[in-house]
Amino acid sequence: MDINFTLVAQAIAFFVLIVFTMKFVWPPLLNAIETRQKEIADGLAAGEKGRAELEQSSKRASEALAEAKVKASEILALAEKRATQIVEDAKGTAKAEGDRIITGAKAEIEQEINRAKEGLRQQVSTLAIAGAEKILRKEIDAKAHAEILTAIANEL
Amino acid sequence: MATEHALTPSSYIEHHLSFNSQSIGNGSFWSLHVDTLVMSVALGVITLGLIWWIARGATAGVPTKRQAFMELVFDFVDDQVKNIYHGDRHAFIAPAALTVFVWVLMMNAMDFLPVDWVAAAVSAIGGEHTKWRVVPTSDINTTFALALTVWFLMIFFAIKAKGLGGWIHELFCSPFGTNPLIWPANFLFNLIEYVSKPLSHSLRLFGNMYAGEVIFLLLGLWAATGVTGTIAGAILGAGWSIFHILIVALQAFIFMMLTVVYLAMAQESH
Repeated sequence: MDINFTLVAQAIAFFVLIVFTMKFVWPPLLNAIETRQKEIADGLAAGEKGRAELEQSSKRASEALAEAKVKASEILALAEKRATQIVEDAKGTAKAEGDRIITGAKAEIEQEINRAKEGLRQQVSTLAIAGAEKILRKEIDAKAHAEILTAIANEL
Repeated sequence: MATEHALTPSSYIEHHLSFNSQSIGNGSFWSLHVDTLVMSVALGVITLGLIWWIARGATAGVPTKRQAFMELVFDFVDDQVKNIYHGDRHAFIAPAALTVFVWVLMMNAMDFLPVDWVAAAVSAIGGEHTKWRVVPTSDINTTFALALTVWFLMIFFAIKAKGLGGWIHELFCSPFGTNPLIWPANFLFNLIEYVSKPLSHSLRLFGNMYAGEVIFLLLGLWAATGVTGTIAGAILGAGWSIFHILIVALQAFIFMMLTVVYLAMAQESH
């Protein structure tokens, strides 16, 4: 247990070692560790940011999808309405056309009937004349009796 | 092991516990323990040089295994300091704590070297009667030198933090109060504290390491009783070595913690 000059020498050695550590050992290690910590923190923050962005954009996408769905259904409804309208229009046109055709046909039929009636009247008058000739067994002056014959034919 | 030198247990232990002391002047103070000095400086240079080499190549990217290991030590020390000292610890206290921890740990770890192998190696190199102690921390000069350095640093930081007047004021006015009547009590209290700090700081480490060495030597004495005793001594020595791992690490840790606590306390106002 003898205290001697070793104490002083050891104290100097200790102090030198502390200064050495302080100057050359601690700073590079601290720097490396702190830089890495910062990098990791930055990376985590970037990851968090990316996650938030992803969330937001997926929300936006679903919003856009919903909007598109609404628009599509609107368009569909409009198209349906339009189709109905077209059909209605076509129906109207067709009905008008049909009516027109029917009217035309009716007029034609009327005309045809009238013509046939006219023909028939003529034939009947001829027949009546022929019949009358036969009945009278003599010739009839067509001119003389034309007035009567016409009257008969008109009565028919 | 009967030799013409009449080797007795006490001469064996005395041989192992003697320093390689060289006189450098008149009086018992002016001598140097060459073994303590060489071992401690060599350990400090090798260990801190190794750490310096690792730190110089330190990268902020993916660390190498040796850097990762060094960072574990770094973080361990840094965490301890962070919990105790709340100033700018990177300026002085944390590097000092790392130095103390690593250096004391390595000096303590010399206790693991088998005592008689060391003695055999030393006598092979320097002759049969060369004395050489390998555990610098079992030399009271080393532990006292460390504790006193910390003590001076403590006073330096106290004065730096509070000013000379503030420090002297604290010597007389804390912990009991500023009343002039209790100045003597305060001063006595502080005096005891300032004396007891380096004593407990150094003697704790010294006592543990010295006792560890003595027990290794006593276990080594079993070898003098024959083969059975040698085997028994070897088994007991192995057991003590394993337990000593705990003591070596724990004492280094305690020494570091006390250093940090003393230096931190010096800068706090009461």
